[in-house]
Amino acid sequence: MNPEPAVASALSRSYKHGFVTAIQADTLPEGLDEGVIRRISDKKGEPEWMLVWRLAAYRHWLGMTEPRWSSVRYPAIDYQAISYYSSPFADARTPVSLAEVDPKLLATYEKLGIPLDERLSLAGVAVDAVFDSVSVATTHQKMLAQKGIIFCSMSEAVREHGELVRHHLGTVVPSGDNFFAALNAAVFSDGTFCYIPPGVRCPMELSTYFRINAARTGQFERTLIIADRDSYVSYLEGCTAPMRDNHQLHAAVVELVALEGAEIQYATVQNWYPGDEEGRGGIYNFVTKRGVCRGARSRISWTQVETGSAITWKYPSVILLGEGSEGRFNSVAVTHHHQQADTGTKMIHLGANTRSSILSKGISAGHGHNAYRGLVKINAAADHARNHSRCDSLLLGGSCSAHTYPYIEVKNASARVEHEATTSRIGEDQLFYARQRGLLAEEAVALIVHGFCAEVLRELPMEFAVEARKLLAVTLEGSVG
Amino acid sequence: MLNVEGLHAAVGDRPILRGVELTLRPGEVHALMGPNGSGKSTLVHVLAGRPGYRVTAGRATLDGVDLLAMEPEQRAGAGVFLGFQHPVEIPGVSQQLFLKTALNALRRRRGEAELDASDCRERILRATRSIGLEESILSRSVNAGFSGGEKKQNELLQMATLTPRLALLDEMDSGLDIDALARVSQGIQALRGPDRAILLVTHHQRMLDWVVPDRVHVMIEGRIVLSGGSDLARELERRGYGWLMEEAA
Repeated sequence: MNPEPAVASALSRSYKHGFVTAIQADTLPEGLDEGVIRRISDKKGEPEWMLVWRLAAYRHWLGMTEPRWSSVRYPAIDYQAISYYSSPFADARTPVSLAEVDPKLLATYEKLGIPLDERLSLAGVAVDAVFDSVSVATTHQKMLAQKGIIFCSMSEAVREHGELVRHHLGTVVPSGDNFFAALNAAVFSDGTFCYIPPGVRCPMELSTYFRINAARTGQFERTLIIADRDSYVSYLEGCTAPMRDNHQLHAAVVELVALEGAEIQYATVQNWYPGDEEGRGGIYNFVTKRGVCRGARSRISWTQVETGSAITWKYPSVILLGEGSEGRFNSVAVTHHHQQADTGTKMIHLGANTRSSILSKGISAGHGHNAYRGLVKINAAADHARNHSRCDSLLLGGSCSAHTYPYIEVKNASARVEHEATTSRIGEDQLFYARQRGLLAEEAVALIVHGFCAEVLRELPMEFAVEARKLLAVTLEGSVG
Repeated sequence: MLNVEGLHAAVGDRPILRGVELTLRPGEVHALMGPNGSGKSTLVHVLAGRPGYRVTAGRATLDGVDLLAMEPEQRAGAGVFLGFQHPVEIPGVSQQLFLKTALNALRRRRGEAELDASDCRERILRATRSIGLEESILSRSVNAGFSGGEKKQNELLQMATLTPRLALLDEMDSGLDIDALARVSQGIQALRGPDRAILLVTHHQRMLDWVVPDRVHVMIEGRIVLSGGSDLARELERRGYGWLMEEAA
């Protein structure tokens, strides 16, 4: 009667990106100290100010402890057992043309469906490809540069656009913000930098594709996007990693800055290796993402589809400073087998007439553990601020769990804050109904889940919505018999 | 076409069906009546393969093929359609998508080529009109926020789209006002066909004024105790089930 026995005997799930690329790598030995940070900085040919910033973050980090307030559980991480830098290039300082890049690397991205040859790439999408600790290639840079748009790896930005980076780096997520953000600030190796000049509407989707390849290596990338006055950019990140028995750490930082009238849409399709059905291996995804609507009428939206990782710990947030600015958070998080997710957002209303909306869809199957954790804070000066939050949870089987932790702090009487939450179960009734019409149980689950997530998937650029829908179906394979 | 012989079934440890005998031929409409809890709905759910409904003895075949050995979706592929008394909601899934997915799933199962989007759309639109529904119902989520009458009509829309050989319609008249009952009844009447058999589970005689059955069966305590022509329904309306229950006891 209950789909649960079928859930318990779930088939092994197919993770299609679990291959390893055999490639010579320049990898630092495991362990972390000031010497390691100096070597990373030196390998990247960074200016002195950057090294000073890193070292300050490292010293701060030494005095911090790992956060324990979230609902995720994992054994202690040995930070001396991780390598903090691995590059497929012998010398990361010299940018290489695509012709010089190892064909194995290009083949890797093609296999992942992300061709780096501009002639083959997805129409209307520019890609920055990050492989372990470095950016391999960035496409369409010349075309974007004609509009004054800077789209490059963070390493290149630090070297070529130092003042712009220095002016904004750490202004949204300070280097001492939290344990993982401090670690990132000390050792970040690459990531993406975007700057959209005033009044420019970025003509293509900008994206970064993160790939972890090396074993026992952490990936610590840092992304900074600045949308100047009245500009617009839509940005997407994708992530995959090989299947390995041990856990790997991914601790990224993303900072978004929207000036007056600007709009940033940031979307993530996260498919890090989730571990096997026994919970062996998988990525620990401990990420700090935050945007600031600095100018009036600016807008930032986060849309995320989180299907991978053994543990997901992330709260993409928006600080609503500019008057009439708007923040949105749309999320689908799936946990299957022994995956854990503690994810949500913070909407910090500082300016008057600021608005925010939160739409969270959590799906749990197997022994998955899924928590929404969100803060809506309305400060005293934020007159007539509005928030609407909705958190829906969907359960498959009886061994998984869903939790909702909404925190609401209101210091202004004119605020209007609404919160709704629902929990439902894919029941035998729904499955039987769809099967009676000829659908296989798996097809029925995929259809029901698709319906459950439809409002969020609609927020994704079209190609990625299709990808995300397939990914959801694959992730839940074997969740019913 | 449908042959049910000596069918016994239990839900959990509770025996419900205790030796059902029933034969439907192509083109026939049979009404299955009886008091609450007599096993009418259980019979149609057992025939459709609902998990948790355990067959303990007997046989059920469709065109000679053993239905009971098949998964629910295989039975659907063989041409069995169950119209639900309480159709479930599937939020966020449009009717159009659901019908298209079901239609192509059934075609794949029968080894037929899938229909492309425009052929699907055409077929679904024709079905929608034949049931007397507005096209706008196709963009709504499956059964979500539907009125009682709309839910029942929507079951008929699915039936009209999927063109089953055997339709088992479970209490399509429950909870309807007179106008909705007329619409649903006319819909069923329009779905009669020379190659199709329909089994109508109903409590009331009213629907049978519109959909005149070829045979009427009365089920009491898991067995068909009396069968007759359409007059039997009127007699039951007048006399109730009491006298039959006494005879059965």
